[in-house]
Amino acid sequence: MSAQDLDGGSDAEADGSGEMPKPHTIRLELADEPGQLLAALAPISDNGGNLLSIFHERGNLTPRGHIPVEVDLECPPDRFERIVDALRDAGVNVIRAGAEHFGEEVMVILVGDTVDSDLSDTLHRIESSADATLQDLSLSAREGTDEASSARLRLAVRSGRVDETLAVVRDLAAEKGLHVVEPLAEGSQ
Amino acid sequence: MSLRLAVLGAGAVGGSVLDLAGDYGHDVVAFADSSSSAVDPAGLDPSAVHDRKERDGVVGDADPESVFDADYDVLVEATPTTLGDAEPGFSHVERALADDRHVVLANKGPVAERYADLRALEAESEGTVQFEAAVGGAIPILSTISDLGAPHVTAARGVLNGTANFILSRMAAEGLDYEHVLAEAQDLGVAEADPTFDVDGIDAALKFVILANVLSDGETEYALDDAEVEGIRNVPGTALDLAAEDGRTVRLIGEATADGVRVAPRLIPQGSALSVTGTQNIVQLETKHAGQLNISGRGAGGPETATAVLSDVSRLE
Repeated sequence: MSAQDLDGGSDAEADGSGEMPKPHTIRLELADEPGQLLAALAPISDNGGNLLSIFHERGNLTPRGHIPVEVDLECPPDRFERIVDALRDAGVNVIRAGAEHFGEEVMVILVGDTVDSDLSDTLHRIESSADATLQDLSLSAREGTDEASSARLRLAVRSGRVDETLAVVRDLAAEKGLHVVEPLAEGSQ
Repeated sequence: MSLRLAVLGAGAVGGSVLDLAGDYGHDVVAFADSSSSAVDPAGLDPSAVHDRKERDGVVGDADPESVFDADYDVLVEATPTTLGDAEPGFSHVERALADDRHVVLANKGPVAERYADLRALEAESEGTVQFEAAVGGAIPILSTISDLGAPHVTAARGVLNGTANFILSRMAAEGLDYEHVLAEAQDLGVAEADPTFDVDGIDAALKFVILANVLSDGETEYALDDAEVEGIRNVPGTALDLAAEDGRTVRLIGEATADGVRVAPRLIPQGSALSVTGTQNIVQLETKHAGQLNISGRGAGGPETATAVLSDVSRLE
């Protein structure tokens, strides 16, 4: 959980792509207090970052009791490290930051009565043990029926790591008593 | 050439073989259910046998064993599929092969659960064993693999259980829950009163185990215990809703690949070849040199499965 890898900066130096903006993802955790999100975003724009999207996992809490937030932004590679430093200087806890190359996308559906109550932990563990990052999430429950709830996860996965990611999801689901509907990768044209 | 058939099993498949054999130029000389048999060296009259079964609950006056004493060329084994030792089907096959007769199986048990035993008995016999009807009803899957040559086919995947497919495609199309659609399928005769075999994926798994045995060409033997099997009971309407929101759907997909056999509900794109609806079946063969081949059609039913049985019989001529 406390592993803080900051590989975006070194990536930027290595590829030296000058002024071309590149997409980056930063994972933060914020205290559940008014104004926290806005305060966390200021260092980004102040340092030349262009916000692409903010995924505020309201209702979920990190093990520290904070709210996880995923920020996608674009900036020239040489600015990225400065942005992360500025965030940390502003007291924001940056869990992970990097210009990671997630070349593949995989979708899974998790099924089970506890799928929504325990989602934060599930997502956190997928992201921390697989080479994957959550792109979007959708929940479905039917009121007034005894049908199980479902969650659809779209994961961006590092190229060539789809099988490993699915194995992580499978193990986690088995541990939590959930069912996984996996995608059929081949032959589904 | 006209062949003389002995048919074991008087269910939908056996009954249809009796009805349709004449259309293929063959005679059914013996026909048995679990408690009785009818034998006529000149060929049985299908309607007389069906009438007797309806009226008296037996197909004839002889006991079932008499079938083996008849003068027949091909044993058609169409008794219900059993797991484990695949009895009594396996012993029926054993007896026919020991007498150097050919065997055509609609019963999946012996080919799925005791493939190596079956092949060993066949090697000792003048007779051969065919089982197109055990995999995908009327769809010519095994004969296609045989034409291509098993070593040139690297994988088979698809939908081979019409009941599960009917339920999933109805749930997706109508937004109904599993229990509701299952009851509807039972009313329509698409699902049996005890739907376990179909909805728990066992029937599909047996078919993909048979495909794995055929594709491995004797190198590895597979049985149901080797398959990873998950049925559709745990696919709620909420999962189908979420899949549809993203242009996908869920089908019970079987796979026979170099990694083994797996049957599970899987996400596939709506409108893709494998997203067949209703009781339709499809198999996709992955070939080494010719890409994918898709074959679809009716995977179950009396006349459909009897068609596969009689095609197998014709191959023996």
